Amino acid sequence: MLWDFDYFVELFLAGLTRGSIYALIALGYTMVYGIIQLINFAHGEIYMIGAFTALIATGVLTLMGWNTVAILFIAAGLAVLYSSAYGYTLEKVAYKPLRKAPRLSALISAIGMSLFLQNYVLLAQTSDFLPYPALIPEFKWLEPWEHVVRSSQIVIFATTAIVMVLLTLLIKFTRIGKAMRATAQDKEMAMLVGVDVNRVISVTFIVGSATAAIGGVLIASHIGQINFYIGFIAGIKAFVAAVLGGIGSIPGAVLGSLVLGWTESFFTGYISSDYEDVFAFLFLVFILIFRPSGILGRSETEKV
Amino acid sequence: MLSFAEIKKSFLVSLWFMFLTFPIMVVRVNTIYKKVEWRWENMLLVGLGSFCLSFVWRYFMGRKESGRKNHQAAETEGRPSLKQRIMNDRRIYIPVLAAVSVFAAAYPFIFSLYQTNIMINALIYIMLGLGINIVVGLAGLLDLGYVAFYAVGAYSYALLNHHFGLNFWLALPVGALLGTIFGILLGYPVLRLRGDYLAIVTLGFGEIIRLVLENWNAFSFGPSGIANIPRPGLFGIKMSLGQSSIFIYFLMIALVIFTIFVVNRLKDSRIGRAWIALREDEVACQAMGIDRTKTKLTAFALGATWAGMAGVMFAAKTTFINPASFTIWESINILCIVVLGGMGSILGVIFGALALILLPEYLRAFSEYRMLLFGFILVTMMVFRPGGIISEPRRTYQFKGVEKQ
Repeated sequence: MLWDFDYFVELFLAGLTRGSIYALIALGYTMVYGIIQLINFAHGEIYMIGAFTALIATGVLTLMGWNTVAILFIAAGLAVLYSSAYGYTLEKVAYKPLRKAPRLSALISAIGMSLFLQNYVLLAQTSDFLPYPALIPEFKWLEPWEHVVRSSQIVIFATTAIVMVLLTLLIKFTRIGKAMRATAQDKEMAMLVGVDVNRVISVTFIVGSATAAIGGVLIASHIGQINFYIGFIAGIKAFVAAVLGGIGSIPGAVLGSLVLGWTESFFTGYISSDYEDVFAFLFLVFILIFRPSGILGRSETEKV
Repeated sequence: MLSFAEIKKSFLVSLWFMFLTFPIMVVRVNTIYKKVEWRWENMLLVGLGSFCLSFVWRYFMGRKESGRKNHQAAETEGRPSLKQRIMNDRRIYIPVLAAVSVFAAAYPFIFSLYQTNIMINALIYIMLGLGINIVVGLAGLLDLGYVAFYAVGAYSYALLNHHFGLNFWLALPVGALLGTIFGILLGYPVLRLRGDYLAIVTLGFGEIIRLVLENWNAFSFGPSGIANIPRPGLFGIKMSLGQSSIFIYFLMIALVIFTIFVVNRLKDSRIGRAWIALREDEVACQAMGIDRTKTKLTAFALGATWAGMAGVMFAAKTTFINPASFTIWESINILCIVVLGGMGSILGVIFGALALILLPEYLRAFSEYRMLLFGFILVTMMVFRPGGIISEPRRTYQFKGVEKQ
């Protein structure tokens, strides 16, 4: 077989697209885990709700005859607003009362919440796949490369990069970012020096949900259809990515997502697409066995 | 009681939820007919519902807070709970046990075939619940891929029967053994993982098994599944469909009793105490000289054994299996049984299985809401009653003081 360069580039870019979306979701996992050591199982559902909100907003605004670019921004804005609100409420209802309970309880509560949100959307909306309008316009200057890269992919890369930079700035240089880092290091000590830990946790959930919502809007308009179930598998994959990079570490989440995106893309492109999900799960099992702290994570010893 | 501040609080909560559920509950866009459906009545329902629920929520929160103090007081006094008093009183529990066994024996003769089949289903879930109870309830290892072992059992009977004509009675121990082997195979690599990683890896493992069964057509006949699996026979006696269901029913009763017996004995054995110790504190448990590897592996292996056996029973009962019966939601369903009934408690698991399997059957009108309700149960149980409805009393030892001579 001839080495087909265009095919390789296509797979590379497809992997990058996937990786970017995983990264946007994985950030929420990693930030929440860093602060309260809980896997927010319902995080994928927040992403799905973001995508649904954007779909609904788009539907209504299109019928009112607005122009596409305005719709894109309003729909994305609403998605971010609602996802953040859901993330905030989720934490208040399902996790906050369990802050002092064993971790198993919080985890079961998270699974329950995921199940609840999925079925809530299923019952209130529909179980069918809904067509998602292509909100991102085709760029003129991209025409020569049209067969390998779509304009929606370019938008995804750019948005992901911008979100990463903004998030890094938020955590490194703002007051709340400092409070987040302090809480992640030692919750009780942070409380002693006057950090409002409850507020920090809420903000973490809000920021994580907002990035997930951006991911939801982007991937939905790239792939072109959504249903109530998209959050679950995307959530699991993003979790794999977060663990791969080293859970709790933000650059790790991005790196892990890109690695997972590429490996998945090349695996399906060159080997087999039937076992795509099997491969992702096997990947997770191997990481956890051989390097449980991930690529960039530090291994921690358990303190008594 | 109902102060103005309370009402205001609930009112704000209901406003918040009305805002929150607005796009998903109220608006529905029909992309084909280009129409938007506005369902304002839903908003009213959400508002009213959350207004009332927030009162209930705060009431139970308050009770939980005060209950914690009372509970501590009760524990220091060493007063047995109501359940313990019933269990310890021979005059109460022997008649109850007799009544339950008479009812169980008469059940298939009183009720129709349909009812009997539902009950068989519930009994299979009791078995699965008791099996996962070893892993989750006793050893505290959250296993979200439990259904994989159930699938292993079901497929081992179906495939061995299809290729080699293996009969049910041989398949039952073989299925159990294969379950055990898979339990060890899964348990071994995940030994080092802590609770939440373990949950995800077991979930992944469960999905791997399902996806392999779905895609490997040559081995498992893919999504179309395997049909015509024979029902269990008894010395070659020919049985009608009804008779054979009654036979399966009694077989299940026997297996459940066997399971209860074994699990009960295990719980009080050395290994059972090691599981509980491991659940409570892994580090302290190791410091006391308990072999963590061995303890975790036996928990996985024994839990999986029961799933394997239940799987064989499931295949024999339905005579048709396909990968769609073994999704992750089935695992969560089983987990829900244990969580609702009470983790670690045998009576609780039985109660949970009966409630969660029988109720949806009789409340068909609400079947759409089943999964929604399960999610709700998982969250509220964890928040308000983490021990489950019939919680297992903690084993406590008391120092009664030195006798004065």
